[in-house]
Amino acid sequence: MTPFDYRVPTSAGAAVDTVAANPAAVFLAGGTNLLDHLKLGVAEPEVVVDVNAVTSDEIRDDDGGGLWIGAAVRNSDLAADRRIRTRYPAVAEALLSGASGQLRNMATAAGNPLQRTRCVYFQDTTTPCNKREPGTGCSAVGGYTRYHAVLGASDQCVATHPSDLAVALAAFDAEVQVLGTGGTRVIPFVDLHRLPGDAPERDTVLERGDLVTAITLPALPIAAKSRYRKVRDRASFAFALVSVAAALEVEDGIVRDARIALGGVAHKPWRATNAEEALRGMPADEDSYRRAARLELADARAVAGLDGGNAFKIPLVARTLVAVLRELGGAR
Amino acid sequence: MTTLSDRQAIGRDLVRREGGLKVTGTAPYADDAEVDSPVFCRLLLSPTARGRVTGIEVPEVPGLLTVLRAGSAEKLTSTGDDELAVLQDTSIAFRGQIIGAVIAETSEAAREAARLARVACTEEPQDTAFSPDRDDLYKPEKVNAGYPTDTAQGDLDAAMRTADVTVERTYTTATYHNNPMEPHSTTALWDGENLLLWESTQGVHPVRETVTEVFGLAPERVRVVSPHVGGGFGSKGAAHANVIVAAMAARALPGRPVRLALTRREMFSLVGYRTRTVMRTRLASSADGVLSGVGMDVVAPTSKVTEFAEQAGVPTRMMYAAPHRATSHRLAALDVPVPTWMRAPGECPGMFGNEVAMDELAEELGVDPIELRVRNEPAVDPASGKPYSSRGLVACLRSGAERFGWSGRRRHRVGDWLVGTGVASSVYPAFRMPHSTAHLRYADGRYVVSIGAADLGTGTWTALAQIAADGLGVPVELVEARIGDTDQPYASVAGGSSGISTWGSAIVEAARAFREKHGTEPPDGAEATGEIGSNPAQGQYAMYAFGAQFAEVHVHADTGEIRVPRLFGMFAAGRIVNPRTARSQLIGGMTMGLSMALHETSVLDPRFGHVVTQDFADYHVATCADAYRVEADWIDEHDRHVNPMGTKGIGEIGIVGTAAAIVNAAHHATGARIRDLPLTLDKLLPHLP
Repeated sequence: MTPFDYRVPTSAGAAVDTVAANPAAVFLAGGTNLLDHLKLGVAEPEVVVDVNAVTSDEIRDDDGGGLWIGAAVRNSDLAADRRIRTRYPAVAEALLSGASGQLRNMATAAGNPLQRTRCVYFQDTTTPCNKREPGTGCSAVGGYTRYHAVLGASDQCVATHPSDLAVALAAFDAEVQVLGTGGTRVIPFVDLHRLPGDAPERDTVLERGDLVTAITLPALPIAAKSRYRKVRDRASFAFALVSVAAALEVEDGIVRDARIALGGVAHKPWRATNAEEALRGMPADEDSYRRAARLELADARAVAGLDGGNAFKIPLVARTLVAVLRELGGAR
Repeated sequence: MTTLSDRQAIGRDLVRREGGLKVTGTAPYADDAEVDSPVFCRLLLSPTARGRVTGIEVPEVPGLLTVLRAGSAEKLTSTGDDELAVLQDTSIAFRGQIIGAVIAETSEAAREAARLARVACTEEPQDTAFSPDRDDLYKPEKVNAGYPTDTAQGDLDAAMRTADVTVERTYTTATYHNNPMEPHSTTALWDGENLLLWESTQGVHPVRETVTEVFGLAPERVRVVSPHVGGGFGSKGAAHANVIVAAMAARALPGRPVRLALTRREMFSLVGYRTRTVMRTRLASSADGVLSGVGMDVVAPTSKVTEFAEQAGVPTRMMYAAPHRATSHRLAALDVPVPTWMRAPGECPGMFGNEVAMDELAEELGVDPIELRVRNEPAVDPASGKPYSSRGLVACLRSGAERFGWSGRRRHRVGDWLVGTGVASSVYPAFRMPHSTAHLRYADGRYVVSIGAADLGTGTWTALAQIAADGLGVPVELVEARIGDTDQPYASVAGGSSGISTWGSAIVEAARAFREKHGTEPPDGAEATGEIGSNPAQGQYAMYAFGAQFAEVHVHADTGEIRVPRLFGMFAAGRIVNPRTARSQLIGGMTMGLSMALHETSVLDPRFGHVVTQDFADYHVATCADAYRVEADWIDEHDRHVNPMGTKGIGEIGIVGTAAAIVNAAHHATGARIRDLPLTLDKLLPHLP
């Protein structure tokens, strides 16, 4: 582990200024991902700026019936919040499906969606990785690809985003409040993360020094009946092979509205707008659900790798999405 | 043979004596050894699988004391075991090999020096990709534990041609790393002429034997101490290169205790693993389910550094009756780390192939899988022709079936879940090692039994006290066991499920000698020693523990997710010394078997030559949520041939057969026969509705 300077700023603005001024400075919130990276040599910051004391750990009702979630709210507290559990149950399910109780007690609302990929090659400094060291190549292609992308990948990077919370936030039109050197701004959550393209080292659209101060969820009645379904290799303490966050509004057997996001399939939480559009106005039945899944996955591509690569994930996403929609839509 | 007729302590459900220390975090492990001003060692590992180290540069980090380098480190006296000939030359034989070590005043400084070290090496083409179709497979001289490589009785090929029904299938198991909770660690102190090692090991005496040989020392100059051990599963059965490096580091800094604790990732290249196995299994049967032939041909990788041949074909030699039999083992030697023992070497993978094949045959015949096994129960051991000292397989299958609720089993669906049940047999040899010695001393109304044995977290302290109490005919509360130190008499390794049977036999002998010498009212300071050789009955009988494992498996009809809500194991393992700690070992083995069935796999990326699933986020072991209801019980078995206690060993049999029972249950639930472990949802998906 590289020695680093640990700083506790007196304000969020000071934290932003410190990180903006030094390319080797990073923010520290819950630390559940950063500490791993420090130990593994994946991150070698010179300055670690602890923002726990300068960001809010409150959850507040906003004027429009939505929720304002302070950046430092712990995952455990967010999952236990009655408003979250009743208005956005998929958010609570996503949180509780992640990591372990101990980690959820540390992880934060802003930090969790900003965690980095768990690609084994990204986390192993002895192997090339375009995300860790741009230009060195992608070791995952042709290697261990079980947890890798089937949507939106590039030849530079096939990593997936690992956060469960982020998938639910993407489904429910959340927004991110950001404090930067130029002041505050709001980014739609679905636009926070990027696809890898030619710059896989960049996970998000945030600029150096940008600090997420809060996440907001809009009033969204459809989300009151929602699900987060995580399919993984063991019953607990594993990242998603695929996951689905979804809400469905059905009236007289017809889908009126839908919110769907997929996890474990792309470099970002994948808002399934094609599936949503395909469902609106259609009968809430198996055929509609399958068609929606098919349309969403029309451009899905498996990554070649050991033991047959990750081709199995494409049918797995489709089957999981159909199962969730069936459950929400109440039709077989 | 001495008998223990009046059993007061053996069979009692006693809590483990060191439990309080462990749950309060005060039990000292090797890395906790209380020493003055320790220094810290960190390893430098090869970045390539084949080549030569041409240079190691370590910058001046404050606190850095010394650096050991491949090729220039001290010359060892014996380099006969290539795995232990560490730093002797500059050649690289696998990725993750120790090529240097830094020693510093603090753990942080050592880590920093290791991080900043610049290693230069040449790279040569490496060969790390295993395939059973390689054209360079060879026949080892023997396989692990000294078994013959190939065996044949009768004419299996002819039996396969003439049988009513045959099964010929290939099954594979994955690469597994032992991964005990406590990483391997050493505290080493070279104090003048003597070497003192605090070591996390399954046997202090075997470690001393290795270290004295490698360094050319007289045994009395080396002491090995190992109070508490956080699991080993075979990977601490023999000293690995890290122990040698720790001792070399200590010799480089005389008088300073050196701590070397491996990281989890280092454990994936330095302390052994179970290799993959590819098993071609053949069964020839009559229409009514009587076997005429059984066969297993095993192909596995090994390391070019030191050969290890997993004896997966061995259980097929003795499990079921059949006149025509053939087994073989072939190896591919690769540029990979050295494999070793892992819980039930041979039986664990071998009985996966064997017992899934039996399930396939039962299905083919339309015979109940338990009935098929009962119909092929041998009268004598088919491998040796000897009678069994006791063979409880049928009793386990029958009583286990009743307890589990086997009869009337039917594939059905509960909500979104497809439900099935499966069974498999378990077996493990009842080993007793050829040599161990125990010492007894009486003072102040209490007896102390000393033997350089090991407690891997299994309850040895408690169980040995129970055996000594019955040997002496005194309440167990008056007996204390002292273990884990080469200052105590010689004890064999805690391996092959032989610990209690071997050490207990020595203790019974010591108790007999004590009473003979001192009577029932000994004076303070009275002492006696008991020494045992190999069991003379070993030549007359085939000695095995048996078991039957039952699994209920649920498979999600949409996603293929697999859950095992119920595992039940019934065992015939001789006398059970302590039901509480025994049950813990058996369900521990079964849980590890569940983990093997569903989760564990070390994925070696042949482009790089190392395992890329090299931490607990990526090398999945079963979590509590995966192990819902794991239960074990045993039948009352009295075997007077194995040893005076009648014990057969329970450390390993729990993992044997579990994976087959689960795979068989998954087949019952879904109709899909998965022959390659781990059984993951992607393999079931194409077969789901």
